[in-house]
Amino acid sequence: MERKSKTTGVVAGIIANLVIVEVDGPVAQNEICFIHHPESNLMAEVIKILGKNVYVQVFESTRGLKIGTKVQFEGHLLEVTLGPGILSRNYDGLQNDLDKMEGVFLKRGDYTDPLNRTIKWDWKPLAKPGDEVIAGSWLGEVPENGMPHRIMVPFKFEGSYVVKSVVEPGQYTVDDVVAVVTDADGNDIELTMVQKWPVKMAVKAYKEKPRPFKLLETGVRTLDTLNPIAEGGTGFIPGPFGTGKTVLQHAISKYAEADIVIIAACGERANEVVEIFTEFPELEDPRTGRKLIERTTIIANTSNMPVAAREASVYTAMTLGEYYRSMGLKVLLMADSTSRWAQALREMSNRLEELPGPDAFPMDLTAIITSFYARAGFVYLNNGESGSITFIGTVSPAGGNLKEPVTESTRKAARCFYGLNQTRADGKRYPAIDPIDSYSKYLEYPEVMEYLSQNVGESWLDSVMKTKTLLLRGREAQEQINILGDDGVPLEFHERFWNSELIDAVILQQDSFDKIDANCPMNRQKYMLEKVLDITDKKFSFETFEDVNGFFKRIINHLKQMNYSEWESDKFKTYESELEDIMKERLN
Amino acid sequence: METQAFQKVYTKITNLTKATVTLKASDVGYDEMALVNGRMAQVVKIMRDEVILQVFGGTEGIPTNADVVFLGRPPQLKVGEQLAGRFFNAFGDPIDGGPEVEGRTIDTGGPSVNPVRRKQPSQLIATGIAGIDLNNSLVTGQKIPFFADPDQPYNQVMANVALRAEADKIILGGMGLSNDDYLYFKNVFDNAGALDRIVSFVNTTDDPPVERLLIPDMALTAAEYFAEEKQQKVLVLLTDMTLYADALSIVSNRMDQIPSKDSMPGSLYSDLARIYEKAVQFPHGGSITIIAVTTLNGGDITHAIPDNTGYITEGQLFLRMDSDVGKVIVDPFRSLSRLKQLVIGKQTREDHPQVMNAAIRLYADAANAKTKQENGFDLTDYDERTLKFAKEYSEQILAVDINIDTEKMLDTTWDLFKENFSREEVVVRQEFVEKYWRK
Ligand SMILES: Nc1ncnc2c1ncn2[C@@H]1O[C@H](COP(=O)(O)OP(=O)(O)O)[C@@H](O)[C@H]1O
Ligand SMILES: [Mg+2]
Repeated sequence: MERKSKTTGVVAGIIANLVIVEVDGPVAQNEICFIHHPESNLMAEVIKILGKNVYVQVFESTRGLKIGTKVQFEGHLLEVTLGPGILSRNYDGLQNDLDKMEGVFLKRGDYTDPLNRTIKWDWKPLAKPGDEVIAGSWLGEVPENGMPHRIMVPFKFEGSYVVKSVVEPGQYTVDDVVAVVTDADGNDIELTMVQKWPVKMAVKAYKEKPRPFKLLETGVRTLDTLNPIAEGGTGFIPGPFGTGKTVLQHAISKYAEADIVIIAACGERANEVVEIFTEFPELEDPRTGRKLIERTTIIANTSNMPVAAREASVYTAMTLGEYYRSMGLKVLLMADSTSRWAQALREMSNRLEELPGPDAFPMDLTAIITSFYARAGFVYLNNGESGSITFIGTVSPAGGNLKEPVTESTRKAARCFYGLNQTRADGKRYPAIDPIDSYSKYLEYPEVMEYLSQNVGESWLDSVMKTKTLLLRGREAQEQINILGDDGVPLEFHERFWNSELIDAVILQQDSFDKIDANCPMNRQKYMLEKVLDITDKKFSFETFEDVNGFFKRIINHLKQMNYSEWESDKFKTYESELEDIMKERLN
Repeated sequence: METQAFQKVYTKITNLTKATVTLKASDVGYDEMALVNGRMAQVVKIMRDEVILQVFGGTEGIPTNADVVFLGRPPQLKVGEQLAGRFFNAFGDPIDGGPEVEGRTIDTGGPSVNPVRRKQPSQLIATGIAGIDLNNSLVTGQKIPFFADPDQPYNQVMANVALRAEADKIILGGMGLSNDDYLYFKNVFDNAGALDRIVSFVNTTDDPPVERLLIPDMALTAAEYFAEEKQQKVLVLLTDMTLYADALSIVSNRMDQIPSKDSMPGSLYSDLARIYEKAVQFPHGGSITIIAVTTLNGGDITHAIPDNTGYITEGQLFLRMDSDVGKVIVDPFRSLSRLKQLVIGKQTREDHPQVMNAAIRLYADAANAKTKQENGFDLTDYDERTLKFAKEYSEQILAVDINIDTEKMLDTTWDLFKENFSREEVVVRQEFVEKYWRK
């Protein structure tokens, strides 16, 4: 989209944040423009063009804007700035650094630099003169919070180039020239550590994208054990308000085995972002011992921030993820909530008076959501290294009804479904993921099955399937008991029900606010699941169903105390041996 | 009313609907206020030389040659210490017969606080109501509504909470308030000797409904002044937000917008979030806490108004009549304070979180037992005990007329545990059982 002179225009109509601009030259769909409001320049994006009338969505409040105000088109799409120093930053949806803004209140048109231009980075070259390179090839690296941050040939470069020179190891700012490459026509191009990329386009600087095959450990039992997500996989968490979407996402972002965590707070509460700002600098990454905030970037476009930027925020987050993935890193991307993004699309579509689809959402909602989820994935880079983006989004279904358009569209896009259940949440059975309705398609992938039996245990999958069966049979038994009464069913039904309660209480439920229970590594998950399954295999002798209830409550209590105790501590072992004693009472 | 000599007067309205007028005018700013035949109006759409104004009081009786004057400013409020103790209408004009407020003029509906300039809320608000303090503790900087059917005493409960909350200022935003309720608030605050800490913006059922749309911004602008500039602890009461949302739908329907669920505008979520997100804790100690009322229709929380509210606020306090004990209770199932974990067990006794959860779990067991009973099945001994527990718990803890401190709430709950259950049935961390299970 190269243009000699910048197209300009004037404001001809204003309806909330939709502005109609009459232009004097060419403009492109999704091109960025600035409206010269006397107070400040307001950034906007082209969303529709009708002859000379260009419809733009303004990323700010249009209060006080008048007809005739001048507009300048920038000749590029909405872009992010990529370079070292993105980690631990707090950005808004347009990648403005929130910490650089002055004052308590956000000021319209206050656009701040996402990068620090003065600090020096410890550069180490990776390429050498004569190397043939293409977009995404690694030229060198600088350490960023302990992570190797690769400086690459810009993603926008087409065709191949030859490295002419690379600077010596040393201290450089992001704007220093670190390499010179020569294009096919013999032109030399100077490269710094910074590049730009339009957020709505997928970065394709990789060789291939195989199906995900590795387990991504999250520390959450009901995910890892029952419905694991693969590294590079996709999942979504739909649930009525208050059922635990945000708490679950925060838990995953604390304990998952990722190199980089990007959190897009999209149209949700500001206090939830503050919680991350406050907690992550204190908490340690269990794997590296560094502070969690060092591996985290937050994109905060909370519900009171401009609606149009909400839509941009998820794309900004995804693009940052693709950037780090291209460095061969394991990225975990979270968006809370993708429904707010869909609602932003709906608000604009309504203002444009487009023909509405179901629930007044735009007709192409499914296509938009699907192509967004498709940007996640595990990739092999051109140099043979691998990287990944695992994406988990929350969905906030209107009225808690999973038949609404955003949930249904997302179901088509994501491979894991973690449905939160109101009844479970009401009973404080957290995380409230419904163990029977939820699924992970990855459990059906032969490559994932292979991985699990090699890395977790040969009989692991059998154990998982058995657990699912026991849960299902427990639910059936419960229904029978409810219909026929406690005395109307054989004792065995009570045992079945309580076996599933045992799994629920000890494996599924997990207290995210308990220091110990919050994170459960895979080896501990395996130990506990096997322990529980072992109990379900035992033949206990009971006289009455009340014996069954009482007995199971006691063993559940002990197993829970184990969950609350430090792994393999004395306390843990004491509870475990007490548990054995209780069981002996009922063993023939 | 503010008109100035040099202002241009337009006298040619081209289109008129129930809520809007259209005229040709130039140099008009978006969101700008205007007077149409002396009635307050606001610019909602500009298309070239055509301006559409929303008239808050409705357009009845407005002629096509009415005088239209643009005021060159968005909605504004004069702020100063003098706001305290005063009553205003939706435009910020006094309705208590007192003088105009002297002070600085600021635009209402201003920008949001930069999230990185917020502090994590951490100060407990004690209300004495155990259904709140024990199970759903409130924190300064929080935003939370009461979900209640229209016949429940939500305004009374809210007034109690406000007076016990030890706020520096209480700001009442009344929308569609009946005259009786308006006088009720006035009396309670007066009797408590609290009138000088209170600022009220009131739209009663006698006022045009669309005027309500200005109330939350007025109340929150005053709140920001006291919380940010004066570093005070401010409590904002918004009642009834359902009537606010109804006004939104009236406007959007009259402007021919495509309605989404329950005839609400598609922007309902953003419209409500803009208001509730004004709740904030500042690092310097000032804070805005919002307690609102969202009335329900027959307890239906899936309706778009409570549904969107629940997605925005930091929990909800669900009022329900418990027919077993004949009292209004804070329902422990549907109620939630999302910020409680920031304070419970930290600013309150260590056993608070576990006791709270255990009691609710047992209360849930009682609900199951009740279903069993209703379906005509025999109850087990455990079932009987949970039912007894539930009744006592409802009476001594959940009822809204309880006024005790948290320590007492915890002790009472332990007593109920001990009376009705064995230690193992309660499932609380061993160390707490040892410490608090009374011999
Ligand atoms: N895993 C959990 N452990 C303990 N409490 C939880 C858990 N998940 C949710 N909760 C409780 O539920 C509340 C609401 O959770 P949240 O994630 O904010 O809901 P949502 O995002 O779905 O609206 C939390 O404030 C907390 O009290
Ligand atoms: Mg949430």
